[in-house]
Amino acid sequence: MESMGYEKDHIIPYRSFLYVLAGLIALTLTSVTLTHIFLGTLTVTIALLIAAIKSFFVLRIFMHLKFEKRMFSIGVTAVALLISVVIIITLLDYLYR
Amino acid sequence: MNTHAYIHRDDLTSKTGMWLFLFTEMLLFGGLFVVYSVYRFRNPLAFHMAAGELSVFIGTLNTVILLTSSATIAMSVTAMQKQNKKLTLLLLGITILLGVAFLVNKYFEWGGHIREHIYPGSSVLALRGQGDVLFYGLYYFMTGLHALHIVIGLVFIGFITVFVFINKVNTENFVLLENSGLYWHLVDLIWIFLFPLFYLIT
Repeated sequence: MESMGYEKDHIIPYRSFLYVLAGLIALTLTSVTLTHIFLGTLTVTIALLIAAIKSFFVLRIFMHLKFEKRMFSIGVTAVALLISVVIIITLLDYLYR
Repeated sequence: MNTHAYIHRDDLTSKTGMWLFLFTEMLLFGGLFVVYSVYRFRNPLAFHMAAGELSVFIGTLNTVILLTSSATIAMSVTAMQKQNKKLTLLLLGITILLGVAFLVNKYFEWGGHIREHIYPGSSVLALRGQGDVLFYGLYYFMTGLHALHIVIGLVFIGFITVFVFINKVNTENFVLLENSGLYWHLVDLIWIFLFPLFYLIT
């Protein structure tokens, strides 16, 4: 059990959530600001990258994955990979058909 | 004889069930993001122009509201673990208020578009071309489906708040509170991607 990093009664302190929240809001404002600065194809990549970083923190801390059994994290990763792969393959199809 | 009314409980399984459900939710929205990427790839200019009409301010405000509500429901679990029922109820109440605020903003946002005759099936929108029709079709469907999840989440959290109040959910047994939190965070997670993809297109 311990080796799986599973802590049933782990209590996350209030301030940890507040730090994460501050970080998430900062990332949101960064994303909005960058949209007005960069006007190239990089914009969507950067926006998605920031969204991915935000998701990481929501999943790890808010959704407690950092302290749960690893199977949940593996599941989330698998779902995210599946969606990304389907989107990439679909776009490749449209790009080269 | 065993006189204790022992009720078997398995919190890990309960949580696993919730996560499996969340995976199907992710795939549901994932499918819509596939549709989105193809439509945007084929109509980059129309998506750029149409997205410019959305209010980045309201979008950003709603993002901050939803992120904050996610933090408050996460903190309510900590409050529950620390046996602070009052704070748990307060944080759940704030979460519900923030969720309602999100929906109110959405109402004004959609109302503004509809007043300008921009909605699926509108002849004014049809005149603007297929790219705009696709963009707003996806906009209404995806943010609408997301808003429906907010409503369901609010009802879910509403029930949990009552359960906490009557001690049905308590420091010994709060997996329902955790699961309602997980659902709410998922709604937040989806918005994290909806926001840049609809409001921040350049």
